[in-house]
Amino acid sequence: MSAHDFAISARSLEKRFGAVVAASDINVDIPAGAKVSLIGSNGAGKTTFVNMITGYIKPDSGQILLHGENIAGLAPRSIARLGVARSFQIPQLFKEMTVFDNMLVAIASQAGGLSFWRTARNTAAQERAAELLERFELSAHTHRTVGELPGGVRKLLDIAMALTRQPKVLLLDEPTSGVSADEKFPMMDTVMRALSQEAVTVLFVEHDMDIVDRYADRVIAFYSGRVIADDKPSIALASADVQRYVTGTLSDRKEHAED
Amino acid sequence: MNSLSSSMRTLIAGIACIAILLVAGTVMPKWLTFLITMSAANGLVSLGIVSLMRTGVVSFGQGMVFALGGYTAALSFGNLGITDAVLLALGGGLVALLVALPFALLIARYRGIFFAMLSLALSMVLYGLLMKSQTMGGSDGFNMGRVSIFGVRPTDSWSGYASYAVTVTLGGLVGMAMRIYFDSTRGLVALASRDNEIRVEYLGSSVQNLIAANYLIAAFTGGMGGALAVMALGHVEPEFSFWTTSGDFVFVAILAGHHSVIAAFIASTVLEIVRSFSSSYFPNSWQLSLGLFLLAVIRFLPRGIGSIWEAKRKKGEQA
Repeated sequence: MSAHDFAISARSLEKRFGAVVAASDINVDIPAGAKVSLIGSNGAGKTTFVNMITGYIKPDSGQILLHGENIAGLAPRSIARLGVARSFQIPQLFKEMTVFDNMLVAIASQAGGLSFWRTARNTAAQERAAELLERFELSAHTHRTVGELPGGVRKLLDIAMALTRQPKVLLLDEPTSGVSADEKFPMMDTVMRALSQEAVTVLFVEHDMDIVDRYADRVIAFYSGRVIADDKPSIALASADVQRYVTGTLSDRKEHAED
Repeated sequence: MNSLSSSMRTLIAGIACIAILLVAGTVMPKWLTFLITMSAANGLVSLGIVSLMRTGVVSFGQGMVFALGGYTAALSFGNLGITDAVLLALGGGLVALLVALPFALLIARYRGIFFAMLSLALSMVLYGLLMKSQTMGGSDGFNMGRVSIFGVRPTDSWSGYASYAVTVTLGGLVGMAMRIYFDSTRGLVALASRDNEIRVEYLGSSVQNLIAANYLIAAFTGGMGGALAVMALGHVEPEFSFWTTSGDFVFVAILAGHHSVIAAFIASTVLEIVRSFSSSYFPNSWQLSLGLFLLAVIRFLPRGIGSIWEAKRKKGEQA
């Protein structure tokens, strides 16, 4: 397969912050339509990888290919226009606006959408906003301002906004962080159900291995800026490196026994 | 369909306002037509600041475009023989826009106090140049004659009304255009950038471009306001570009808030009324009453007069 066949390919990606190695020789190929979970302990390089793909951080060297086109170093808005969208660990919303207006902003921002006279509340935009809110089970919150919303609802809105562009690649930065244990699975069910109607490749950063196991069809594990596993969840989560450096499930006694 | 009805509502309301003001002007006392003329001209400048406030920045240097518009109108009248009020107003706006053009992308890189101070610096540079330039009349400025409207020069008794009619008509038309812009896709994204620039960038829009566009719009409306003010006053001077003049426009913009177009004109009228009456009845302390008035607005309407309409609109939506 060539790089054009993959939604995202990373080639020899490197990033350092002073003496800290945030990304070292990262080489991955992510097929279109995959649901990939990025795992690793804090500081392992997951978010750096996401930030490099979305343009928040410029890699020191290497390439990031979006369907074969190098996007490394482009501005976030340019990458967004090429079809990469993201949600944030702390939802980035427009706090003074209502949920519906947040959606309208996202829809208005679509390529060629900025007009001096076309009303943002045009019929097509309102229908699209209502449809996405319904898909994410947010219709009941339509006219509430963001400041009034609970954390889980904010997360869903953040993801719904990212989806307005019908992106080729969607990156979700810790979609279940800050959400109670009881709410995590229902929330991810809602997200995955909503995403199933789109032809989108999903990369999500996640710490909860139960979530990873259920929703990912592939896992990329990071440690010290390196990729230490890149496989199906059942294989990646069972690997010794992942158990030692990510999940911490490999006990010292077992480790010694293996030695 | 929805787009048409929204714009149509704005147009119908705007045209109705202009028509009412034109008719009312025929029976108003002259002091009131002059007060409203100046309020509308100054309101245009403040409306530009309101558009900038919607992207999260405030210009403390709108005196620059106000002066550019005023000097352009006066010079075009005296040196080029252009006497038509509409042409002079449009010319004032155009020249202010062209002068602001090279600075737009530069100034749009700054935020907060840096944006405010840079815009203030530009206006004070112009003030210095105007003060030194003898061809521009130096510190005294110079006078401008009576303008015509579509080739007709009004008589003495109607000249005040003519200036009033042109100002409220152009002010109304620009106000309508601004409302349509604020409600547009670009206007909404610009408003969102006030709240969260990062998200706007990740949605694919350039915040710098949004601010630069609003800076140019503010330059045009400010220049037009300056030209209309000079036509009403019959005199232009460097004081137009001085920081205290810019301060008045910011005062009005804060009073108005960033939600409503008409609030900018109402706030401008309120300022003129408070200033006129305070200076008549408390000549030595009228600034005090102005300050107290602003404090009261900030205390009870922190988002400006326009937030009254905004709150009603939101309630209507939720119902």
